[in-house]
Amino acid sequence: MAGASITVAETPLVRYLLRRADDALILGHRLSEWCGKAPMMEEEMALANMGLDLIGQARSLYTYAGEVEAAGRDEDAYAYLRDVRGYGNLLLVEQPNGDFAATMVRQLFYSAFIDPYWRALMGSSDATLAAIAAKAEKESAYHVRHSAEWVIRLGDGTPESHRRAQEALDGLWAFTGEMFETDAGERSLIAEGIVPDPEALRAVWLESVAKVVAQAGLTLPQNAWMQKGGRSGEHSEHLGHLLSDLQYMQRAFPGATW
Amino acid sequence: MAGQTIPLWEVFIRSRNGLSHKHVGSLHAPDATLALQSARDLYTRRGEGLSIWVVPSNAITASDPSEKGMMFEPTASKIYRHPTFYEVPDEVGHM
Amino acid sequence: MYTQALNANPDAGDRTLEDAALVARFQERIDDEDRIEPNDWMPAAYRKTLTRQISQHAHSEIIGMLPEGNWITRAPSLRRKAALLAKVQDECGHGLYLYAAAETLGTSREELVDQLLSGKAKYSSIFNYPTLTWADIGAIGWLVDGAAIMNQIPLCRCSYGPYARAMIRVCKEESFHQRQGYEIMISLSKGSAEQKQMAQDALNRWWWPCLMMFGPPDAASMHSDQSTKWKIKRFSNDELRQKFVDATVPQAQYLGLTLPDADLKLNEETGHWDYGTINWDEFKQVIAGNGPCNRDRMSARRQAHEDGAWVREAALAFAEKRRVQAEAA
Repeated sequence: MAGASITVAETPLVRYLLRRADDALILGHRLSEWCGKAPMMEEEMALANMGLDLIGQARSLYTYAGEVEAAGRDEDAYAYLRDVRGYGNLLLVEQPNGDFAATMVRQLFYSAFIDPYWRALMGSSDATLAAIAAKAEKESAYHVRHSAEWVIRLGDGTPESHRRAQEALDGLWAFTGEMFETDAGERSLIAEGIVPDPEALRAVWLESVAKVVAQAGLTLPQNAWMQKGGRSGEHSEHLGHLLSDLQYMQRAFPGATW
Repeated sequence: MAGQTIPLWEVFIRSRNGLSHKHVGSLHAPDATLALQSARDLYTRRGEGLSIWVVPSNAITASDPSEKGMMFEPTASKIYRHPTFYEVPDEVGHM
Repeated sequence: MYTQALNANPDAGDRTLEDAALVARFQERIDDEDRIEPNDWMPAAYRKTLTRQISQHAHSEIIGMLPEGNWITRAPSLRRKAALLAKVQDECGHGLYLYAAAETLGTSREELVDQLLSGKAKYSSIFNYPTLTWADIGAIGWLVDGAAIMNQIPLCRCSYGPYARAMIRVCKEESFHQRQGYEIMISLSKGSAEQKQMAQDALNRWWWPCLMMFGPPDAASMHSDQSTKWKIKRFSNDELRQKFVDATVPQAQYLGLTLPDADLKLNEETGHWDYGTINWDEFKQVIAGNGPCNRDRMSARRQAHEDGAWVREAALAFAEKRRVQAEAA
């Protein structure tokens, strides 16, 4: 029945596409929550632009998932009709916005990973994926730039902004390890040359984050314990609330077209 | 920091290669780097630009409109600077 | 997007002290359709009227982000979500263009924003109404943006150059806003009975406040004359309102929706649609701060401003540190 959650026939590629799409959608949604609340009006423009980039990436990936699954599902079916356990996004991107420092650190962590990731994916043997990556990479490159500039300013601004930026780094650090995780399905795609191995990007990611953190006069957290679970649908409590906003209309008015 | 204001910047955009940068408006930003990013986010949302300049507003020296007469009117009588001042017979063709 | 004839009467006292010859020369330039630019001599009252009008217009754009922003996270499809986020972002951009235009008259952004946050400055009454359902997003795009366009197109020829230029940019960008709203209304009116009902309900709630957006009736509007003489205003409130009603009636008919006005009928003589009496008392109450959402809108803006203070301070402190470092180097 329309309105009830769908069950996706998850081949490794479909599962992969949905996870990456979920990352983009959930982070884009979080950025859209800033609307009307940014610290400077000029920054409203930046947050909305990044949000729009991410929502656009999610749409391309969901649409492609629909083609691959070939069960007649469009982008909205995946976004609006899967429940928390069906979502495969990183825990990092579902973390609440917090203050502006937390939002910018979250953005930096994700963008500094996904930008080289998209670049690597541009070499995919799958032409559709390569094209999606080529478009997304230009967007994520700017997200790295923008969030890095802010993290540097907050770290090296006032004592208060320094404290907040350090708290954001410390608080979000444990969610970064999940970016490099893969499961058997994804490893089969890696072996076939369809997608890159995220583990290979760990050093690049760490180097670019460490550089920004050093420039900001902040300290890179040392804790090695990493949270995970997002990829297998074991989320934080935050995601359910986000989805009840996101999916409200489709759940309240099953099957309607808007 | 109280009382300190975020500086004003003037934004110039080149819409296509071959054209010069044109003033499009202004914005507030704490420094040049953020001014450039804000200019991108504010003034080029619909593919309006290929190149952006930002200039601190207070770095611009402007002519005084009340001196318009002195500044700009003396050229009006120098019609010999324009090609139409000179007579060339039609038979000569375009020159 | 939304200016409203709220400007108080320009202070006549300002003018008596000014050189009559300068004033006459200024008016001649206006009459010749010349544009006034920031550093040109202008009567103090012209400066004051424009500062007030442009900043009110800017405030309206910024406050106007809130009722629509209320639905970004709940938009019913990804296409609608992206369009709405882009539209609300445009409104912020338009606020910024307008603040910049107002600043050329000599009042800083900080002062203008302070006037808004302290409650001293007004903004369009329409944003003090709540967005209760998704259909309200359609109704706002269709009607509120439609009304705004009526107001804004003539402002592209306003005598003050920076305002006119800002409005040209705004009008160009806003051309998608009304279509976006109307498209939502089409989807609803072609949808289920529940969706149609939702659309009609939104129309019922937004119609009259939209008519109020054009400001008090001409008979009661004391300051339009001077603004007209200065070519800030090119059409009267009632003229613009009539244009809006005439344009909207067939659009509502196409949707199969009913405008909530029993007195609405085509006047065969004038060719215009006559409409019923507007509740001007409600308008005054909303302007005075007693609309359903005035308090919420103001507190949301104040909250954002206060929450952002440490970020702005940090960015300024950083800029200062780098400036000092550069000087030392």
